Amino acid sequence: MDQTMTNAAVQKKTMQFIDPVFTLTDVSVSYGNFVAVSDVNMQIPSRDITAFIGPSGCGKSTLLRSLNRTNDLIPGAKVHGEVLYHDANLYDAKASAVEVRRRIGMVFQKPNPFPKSIYENVAFGPKVNGRPKKSELDIIVEKSLRSAALWDEVKDRLNDSALGLSGGQQQRLCIARSIAVEPEVILMDEPCSALDPIATLRIEDLMMELKKDYTIVIVTHNMQQAGRVSSYTGFFVTEVNPESDLRTGRLVEFNDTKKIFSNPDDERTEAYVTGKIG
Amino acid sequence: MSNTNKVSLESRLSARRIFIDGIFRFFLLLSVTFALGFIFVIVYRLWRNAGWLLSWDLIKNFPSYDIDSAGFQSSITGSIWVVGVATLIALPIGALTALYLESFSNKKSKLQKLVELNIQNLAGVPAVVFGLIGLAFIARGPFSWGFTVGSAAMVIAMLILPVIIIITRESIRAVPPSFKEGALALGATPWQAVYRLVLPYAIPGTATGTILAVSRAIGESAPLLLLGALSFVTFNPTGLDSGFTILPLAIFKYASDSREEFQVLASAGSLILLAILFAMNLSAILLRDRTLRKRNV
Repeated sequence: MDQTMTNAAVQKKTMQFIDPVFTLTDVSVSYGNFVAVSDVNMQIPSRDITAFIGPSGCGKSTLLRSLNRTNDLIPGAKVHGEVLYHDANLYDAKASAVEVRRRIGMVFQKPNPFPKSIYENVAFGPKVNGRPKKSELDIIVEKSLRSAALWDEVKDRLNDSALGLSGGQQQRLCIARSIAVEPEVILMDEPCSALDPIATLRIEDLMMELKKDYTIVIVTHNMQQAGRVSSYTGFFVTEVNPESDLRTGRLVEFNDTKKIFSNPDDERTEAYVTGKIG
Repeated sequence: MSNTNKVSLESRLSARRIFIDGIFRFFLLLSVTFALGFIFVIVYRLWRNAGWLLSWDLIKNFPSYDIDSAGFQSSITGSIWVVGVATLIALPIGALTALYLESFSNKKSKLQKLVELNIQNLAGVPAVVFGLIGLAFIARGPFSWGFTVGSAAMVIAMLILPVIIIITRESIRAVPPSFKEGALALGATPWQAVYRLVLPYAIPGTATGTILAVSRAIGESAPLLLLGALSFVTFNPTGLDSGFTILPLAIFKYASDSREEFQVLASAGSLILLAILFAMNLSAILLRDRTLRKRNV
């Protein structure tokens, strides 16, 4: 009884949005017997930036990956609870992971351009999703590279290998590659952790630009980054069950980013953002 | 002042450590010398014995009881036929098997473990056993293809198939998983990810490995001995149903002749076989280096 009360209390505190992109209800993600993150309730708003922060191992990346079924690729990974994308359940038996990922793109921690030309990297998504004409492709590639603020740097060497770009350029290429399939959501898993501060700032500027058209969810270890770019922030912690010694990640607080960093509701959040723990 | 800053960089290694270092280096060198020495001695002796005999005629002539016009043409073409057809059979089957095992099947299932174990085992099965299987099931028995290029190619294909599977799996495993992840995140199907990214990246490694497997097969004689390759063949194979002989067995036939001239001929044949092997291995190395260079742009 007591337990349900607290759950209900948590649920009430969860921010509500009009026409959210994602609605998570009691979501837990496990790998075999290990529950990486449990009982998450949250809504993610459309055309805005939502950040997940928290110490290592708190399950924030796992939760992010469950939002476009990237976890499916790991044997033994299971998602419990309900992940709604608009009004469709992502894990419905009829939902196709391929279709899900086309609508919900992902940018990874380490830039992962394909060993192809810059042009072919951006054209990859449109090509696998249909048979666009060369003239259409040219337009998509230019538009995507412009949106990713990379066009001016690469327009004269579109046919050069993407592996010759700098780390920051490679990451912007990966963002351009995601944009090219016109997703609604772009998930970013620590997109700047392999980049220098200048490249990081460029990506952040880009994110601010992109949020006009896309919903962005970003996992970051860099709290300043979350403070700079996101409108809403979810703070996660690792909880250790004293009896079983099992660890699991939990969402402690989901709130306006400003509130998280100035006057959070939970004292654990405050301790983390002020640097007292973590 | 200057005294305190004095640094000595002279070696302070104990005599024992220097000694152990030396011993280790000595054995490394010894092993390398041993390995290279073998090849050198073989090639040198063959060359001294029969190098003067090498000529285009030797390659162009058919086997003969007349030493002056005896050559290896039918056995060279026979070897190329058998090994070529075997590769055509084994490469697609092997590559697709490897692709399935690496990219699509459930790696944790018991069945997969059993299959993997058996592929490893197959690679270790003596060639002559494959020859017996070929004799019982392909040349005779259910297929009854007789002593033909087709039967021989099937047996050699069986022989190199496990090796090709293992090598292809290795090269698929070497493809960074981030490529596949990235492709799937763009809405590609698993097959598209594999076909457009994993496969092209794995092809050079597979090709290199296949050349090495094939170059071993080209020197293989035991299984084909059972499939009627020993006969004195004075014609080139014309198709899968054609009779044949192969280079190692032609060498064996000349070497077992009591006349010394024919034994020299066998040495010359060995030189041809070695030249083919070296050429194949060299092409494998060049292919590998070229793709590695291309990749590190």
